[in-house]
Amino acid sequence: MTLPDTSAEAQAPAVQFDNVHLGFDEGEVLRGLSFNVKPRDTLILLGETGTGKTLSLKIAAGLLRPTAGHATVLGKNLEGMEEKELLGFRREIGFVFQEGALFDSMTVADNVAYRLREEHLDEDQIEPRVQEALRFVELENTLELLPSELSGGMRRRVSIARALINRPPIVLYDSPTAGLDPVTSQTIITLILRLRDIYGVTSILATHRLQDGFAMANFRFDAAERRVVSESAVTPDKAIPSVTRFAVLREGVVYFEGEPEELAETRDPYLQRFLI
Amino acid sequence: MGEMPLQMAGHKPPEEEAPSVAGIVASGAKELIAGLQEYSYLAFQSLTNLLSGPYYIQDILDQMDGIGVGSLPIVLVCGFFIGAVMVLQTGAQFTRFGQTALTGDVVALALVRELGPTMTGILVAGRCASGIASELGSMLVTEQVDAMRAMGTDPSRKLVTPRVLGAVLVVPLLTALMDFIGLIGGCVASVFTLRLDIVQFWTRAINALEFGDIMQGMSKPIIFGFILATIGCYKGLTVRGGTQGVGRATTQAVVLASVLIIVANTFLTKLALFLANKIF
Repeated sequence: MTLPDTSAEAQAPAVQFDNVHLGFDEGEVLRGLSFNVKPRDTLILLGETGTGKTLSLKIAAGLLRPTAGHATVLGKNLEGMEEKELLGFRREIGFVFQEGALFDSMTVADNVAYRLREEHLDEDQIEPRVQEALRFVELENTLELLPSELSGGMRRRVSIARALINRPPIVLYDSPTAGLDPVTSQTIITLILRLRDIYGVTSILATHRLQDGFAMANFRFDAAERRVVSESAVTPDKAIPSVTRFAVLREGVVYFEGEPEELAETRDPYLQRFLI
Repeated sequence: MGEMPLQMAGHKPPEEEAPSVAGIVASGAKELIAGLQEYSYLAFQSLTNLLSGPYYIQDILDQMDGIGVGSLPIVLVCGFFIGAVMVLQTGAQFTRFGQTALTGDVVALALVRELGPTMTGILVAGRCASGIASELGSMLVTEQVDAMRAMGTDPSRKLVTPRVLGAVLVVPLLTALMDFIGLIGGCVASVFTLRLDIVQFWTRAINALEFGDIMQGMSKPIIFGFILATIGCYKGLTVRGGTQGVGRATTQAVVLASVLIIVANTFLTKLALFLANKIF
């Protein structure tokens, strides 16, 4: 994978939501959502259950169409695209589902290789890439296991391996640590940091756990030392530049958008509920 | 603090108006039409997918194996005993008129024209429409279908078309086997209860059948295979309400597919008789 382009042209938003609405028979869930994420940056979509975090990610991945507004991802205006075009577009996006969403009738290796097989790559090329992706998530010994034989944390890690197999420039994470114990959650966050800091992946992370967002903002993965270090300990010229911002969703709109420090110092009663 | 849920306990929720009968009928009709539209689109798309790639040949073969080979035991066992019981029922009537030799004719015609296709359709619907609905429904509720779409795969091509094509190809083959094994069952029953000669039974059974009967008996299962697979896929891919919804969809798939097969059989029989008079 080549390092990301840092030219001015590359600074156009990788993901841009402009007044996005989404409704179902039961009512409107997204009521004018607007945000943007620059290449290599991380956006933490924070919100309570039912505020539209997952739906926002699904719109960004082209899995749902907004009922109004514009969603632009990698320079492509999604609402004008046919389903056939969207299928091609989605191959450029990595998506980590909340429970992993692994194909339960396939082995771990087949799950990870799925996208490559869809692209009709030779088996000779597929095997090393599958092993590399599983080595990245430290699960290279699970190739022949079925998803039902894995723990919840392992399933999420396989899901991350599956999402990164074709090195997408954007990865969307839907509550990747939900329901996991603190140690496993930390492992998952470390993997997301590695993906961001080694490959320069643009990330949107939907979560209701504030600590996940602050971990993304305050830590970096040092590829040379192969460990997670504090943001302040990283030499700027050695690291891929990346900014982490928060967007707090409330009732289908962005209630707060800003830097982690702004959120930490907020006096807003609603936002303070996340800080407790 | 005013926004905390406990603070809202004193608020009286707005009273909802009781729905009118007309409103219930209108919303029911709207739901039915929307469902029909969705089903028609899924069924139509399952066929138009065949006009262009990608094709999932391995998935089609897997489905043919799952639906065809998997259903073989129940189809053979049921076929044998359906043939046998037909002889027991009709033989008693023919004995009154001293026409037991006609048993072979009746068993052959009834099996090939009606019972073979319909019973095979219903048996395979019971086994496979439920299986398809529960498999796809489980995939839907665990976001595997979304994961498939997120990786650039069209679920209609990967999940629906192989199942529909698999069923359309193997249900006629299963029907042919049921017809044959049913005749064997009828033959065994004839020999032991009516003391008919084996050669006589088979000669009459084969002579009773015309080309039109075989065409009728072999074309119906194609439609039945299509019905059971598309209903299974539709019910599976429209599951609502988690695992409980999967259970509901499974039951609905079997009931709907079986009823539709029986209803379709009436119209197909009428059409086959009309065509038999015109063509054969």
